[in-house]
Amino acid sequence: MLGYTITQWLFGTLSFLAIMFALMMVFTRSPVNSALYLIMTFFCIAGHYLLLNAQFLAIVQIVVYAGAIMVLFLYIIMLMNLNADEEPRKHVVTRAIAGIIGGMLLFVMVGALRGAEQLQTVQGGASQIGLVKNLGKVLFSEFLFPFEIASVLLLAALVGAIMIGKRDTNINSKETINN
Amino acid sequence: MIKLVALIPLFPLLGFLINGFFGKKISKGLSGTIASLAVLASFIISILIFVDLEEHKEITSHIVPLFSWINSDTLKIPFEFLVDPLSSWFLLIITGIGFLIHIYSMGYMHDDEGFARFFTYLNLFIFFMLLLVLGNNYLIMFVGWEGVGLCSYLLIGFWFKNTAYNNAAKKAFIMNRVGDLGFLLGIILIFVTFGSISYDQVFSIASGGNHATVTAIALLLFIGAMGKSAQLPLYTWLPDAMAGPTPVSALIHAATMVTAGIYMIVRSNVFYSMSEEASQVVAIVGVTTALFAATIGLFQNDIKKVLAYSTVSQLGLMFLGLGVGAYSSSVFHVTTHAFFKALLFLGAGSVIHAMGGEQDMRKMGGLKKALPVTFATMLIGTIAISGIPPFSGFFSKDEILAHTYEHSPTLWFFGQVASMLTAFYMFRLLYLTFYRKFRGTHEQEHHLHESPKSMTIPLIVLAVLAVVGGALGLPEFWGTTNWMHHHLDSIIVHKNPSILNHEKEWMLMGIAVVSAGATIFFAYMVYIKNSILPEAHDYKLTGIKKVIYNKYYVDEIYDMIIRKPLDAMSEAYKYIDTKFIDAIVNGVGDVVNGSSSVVRKLQTGHIGFYIFGMVLGIIAILFFTFIK
Amino acid sequence: MLNGIPINFYIMLSAVLFIIGVVGVMARRNAIIIFMCIELMLNAVNLMLVAFSTLHNDANGQVFVFFIMAVAAAEVAVGLAILSMVYRNFKTIDIDLLSRLKN
Repeated sequence: MLGYTITQWLFGTLSFLAIMFALMMVFTRSPVNSALYLIMTFFCIAGHYLLLNAQFLAIVQIVVYAGAIMVLFLYIIMLMNLNADEEPRKHVVTRAIAGIIGGMLLFVMVGALRGAEQLQTVQGGASQIGLVKNLGKVLFSEFLFPFEIASVLLLAALVGAIMIGKRDTNINSKETINN
Repeated sequence: MIKLVALIPLFPLLGFLINGFFGKKISKGLSGTIASLAVLASFIISILIFVDLEEHKEITSHIVPLFSWINSDTLKIPFEFLVDPLSSWFLLIITGIGFLIHIYSMGYMHDDEGFARFFTYLNLFIFFMLLLVLGNNYLIMFVGWEGVGLCSYLLIGFWFKNTAYNNAAKKAFIMNRVGDLGFLLGIILIFVTFGSISYDQVFSIASGGNHATVTAIALLLFIGAMGKSAQLPLYTWLPDAMAGPTPVSALIHAATMVTAGIYMIVRSNVFYSMSEEASQVVAIVGVTTALFAATIGLFQNDIKKVLAYSTVSQLGLMFLGLGVGAYSSSVFHVTTHAFFKALLFLGAGSVIHAMGGEQDMRKMGGLKKALPVTFATMLIGTIAISGIPPFSGFFSKDEILAHTYEHSPTLWFFGQVASMLTAFYMFRLLYLTFYRKFRGTHEQEHHLHESPKSMTIPLIVLAVLAVVGGALGLPEFWGTTNWMHHHLDSIIVHKNPSILNHEKEWMLMGIAVVSAGATIFFAYMVYIKNSILPEAHDYKLTGIKKVIYNKYYVDEIYDMIIRKPLDAMSEAYKYIDTKFIDAIVNGVGDVVNGSSSVVRKLQTGHIGFYIFGMVLGIIAILFFTFIK
Repeated sequence: MLNGIPINFYIMLSAVLFIIGVVGVMARRNAIIIFMCIELMLNAVNLMLVAFSTLHNDANGQVFVFFIMAVAAAEVAVGLAILSMVYRNFKTIDIDLLSRLKN
C-alpha cells in the first residue's frame, strides 16, 4: 500500500489521531468535551505502546489513565458543574503569544533533539521486554524497593486527598446556619 | 607534703566562691573569718611545704602535675605546679602578709557596705597570685598575671561610685595591658624558639639559644615586668592606684602584686644572665625609676601617694639588683620590703582611719599621743625603709647597692642618692604626721583614736618582722651566713660571687648609714626645728619644685602624646565612618531598594503570567544548552 | 516481522504532543483544563521513554513509565482535591481570577 508497511500505516494514523485529539482537547471550550478528547488521545498513545510491543504499559495506560484518572476528572468537572460559557476566553493577544511561544519551544526542542539518534529504526516486534512477564521480572527484582515506596506514595496521596477534600466542620456549621 | 601544694590555691578559691555566692547572706564577721581562714590554711600548708623542702635538700625542685591542660598536636601544656625554693618562699610572703592584711581588713573595712565583696576580691587576688607563683610554665604564670591585674582593677575601683576611683582602676588596667602584651609576646617567642613553655624544659635548653633571640625574649619579658612592677615608663598607674582601700594598697601595690615582675625575672634569670644588654637595660630602667620616683616623693602631701612613690622607687632598686645579677639580693629586698611597706601602708591606713578619711599630711600632725601603737610601728617601718642598721631594710638595700658598686660605680651612686632621698621623704612623712601640733579641724581632733586590736596586731607583727627580717640575709663578710643567698642557690643559674674586698664593703656600708643619718637629720632640721610646712596651696609653688610636685607632668605628657592623637585619630575615623563607610552601606541598601521596587512589578500574582515566564525560561535553557 | 519506524518520528510526535500541552497550559484559564494539559505532557514524555526503551531493548525505560504513571495518579488525586477545595472556597477555578499570590 503506497510502499508503506502496515506498521507504518498504523503509526501514521495513530499519530495523526493523537495530535488531532490533543488539539481539540486544548481548543474545545467545554471542559467535559476536553476531557473526552483527552481520553481519546490516551487511547491513541496506548495504541502506540502496542505498536512498540509494550503491552503491559498499553493496558495500564488504558486502565489507569483513560480509565481511573480521567473518570476522576470528569467527576470533578461535573461536581463543579462547569459550563462552556462560564469560562471567559483569554485575550486574543495572550493566546497569540501562547502560540508563538509554543512555536518557539517546538523549534528549540526539535533543534535540540535533531541529532539525537539519527535514522535508527525501532524494531517493535523484535523487542520482548514490554511483555508483562519480562517487565514484571525487572520490576520485582531490580526495582522492588522503589515499587514498595510507590505504594507508600499512593497511600500518602490517598490520605492527603481525603484530608484536603474533607469539609471543615467549622465551615460546615457556618453554612448550615446560612442555609 | 609537697603533694598538698594544690591545696594552697584551692583554699582562697573556695573562700572566693563562698563569699562570692553567699557573701550577702552571711554576716560580716563570718565572711571575713572565712576569707581569713582560707588564707591562713594556705599559709600553714606553705609553711609545711617550706619546712619539708628545707629538710630534704637533695631534691631542690618538685614538679606536681595536676592535669593535662592544653593538648593539641604540637602544643602540649600540662597544668603543673612547681615547688622549689623560690616559689615556696614567695608562697610564704603572699600567704603570710596576705593573712595579716586580711585580719587588718576586718577592722578597717568594718563599716563598709561592700564588706563581703571586698573579701571576695581579696581571696581571688590571693588565688591568682598563688597561681602566678606556683605554675610550672609561663602560661599558668600568665593566667595568674592577668588574674591579679583583674583583681587590682576590681579592688582599686572598689568604691566604684566615685568616678575618679574608677578612672584610676581603668588606668591601672590599661597600663598593665601594655606590659602584658610584651609579656605575651615574650611567651610566644619562647615557645617559637624553644618549642615549649615549661620552665624546666626551656631553661635546660636556653643556653643553646641564639643571643639576639634571648635578648629579645628578656626584653619582652621585662616589658611585662615594667607594667606589673610599675617601672618607667609604665609606672603612673601605681600612684593612682591608691584610690583603693588602704589594705588593698598594702597587699597589692606594696607587698605582693608588684613583686610579680621581680619574681618573673628571677624565674627567667637564665635569659638575663645570658644577655648582658638586657640586664643593662633592666639596671638602667631600675635606677632611673628609683631616682625619678624618689624625687617625686619629696613633695607629695598625700600620705598614701608618698608611700606609693616610695614603692615605685624601691621596686626600681630591686630591678637595679636584678640588672646587676644580684637576683637573691632582690628577692631578699622583696621580702623585707613586703614587711616594712605593708607595715607602712597599714600604719597609714590606721592614721587615715583615725582622721576620718583625711589623707592630706598638711592637715595632720601631733598624732603621736593619740595613736601610740601606730606611731611606734610606723617609726620602725620608716627606719627600716631608710636603711638604718640593724633594721631589715638596711641589709637588703645594702646588698643590692654593694653588688651594684662592683658592677658599675655610676649606677651605685644614683642608687645611693635614691635611697638617701627615700630616707628624707619617709622621715618628712613621719614628722608631718606624728610630730608637732595637730593641724586638722576640731572635730577631727576630738575623733582621734587608736585603731582596734584587729588592726594593731598585724601592725605589731609586721613591725617585728621589719626589725628582724634582716637576719635572713646577713652580709657574708661579717662572717655570718647569708641564708637567703644559699636558699636560692639552686634557682640562680649564673652565680655572681662578690669580688669586693672587706674594706670596700665596710666603706659602702658606712657611706650608706652616714648619708641616711645625715638626710634624716636634715629632715629633722627642716620639719621640726624650723617648722617648715609644705605650701598650703599648690599654685604657690615655683620652678623645679612645681615641676616635681606635679610629678614631672608625666601624666600630662602621656595625655599629650598618646591620648590626644588617639582622640584626633578617632575623630577622623568617626568622620570617615559616618561619611564614607555609612554612605557605601546605605547606598547599597538604597540601590537594592530602588531596583527591587522596579523588579517587584514582575510579581503580578497572576499564575498565567508566571507560566509564560516559566516556559520562556525552559526555552532559554534548552537553547543555551543544546543549540548555541 | 513488521518494518520499523525511525526513532525521529517518535521524537517529533512526542515533541508535538508536548508542545500542545504547553500551549494549552498557557492559553487556557480553567485550572482543570490546565491540569489535563499537564497530563498530556506527561504522556508525551512517557511515549518517548517507551520508544527509546524499545529501541535499546532496555526495560528500565518502561519501568520508569510505570512509576511515572503511579506518581501521576497520586498527583491527580491530590491536585483535584485541592482544586475542589479551591472551588468550594472561591466559587471559581479561573486562574486569572485567583490572584491571591499578589500581596
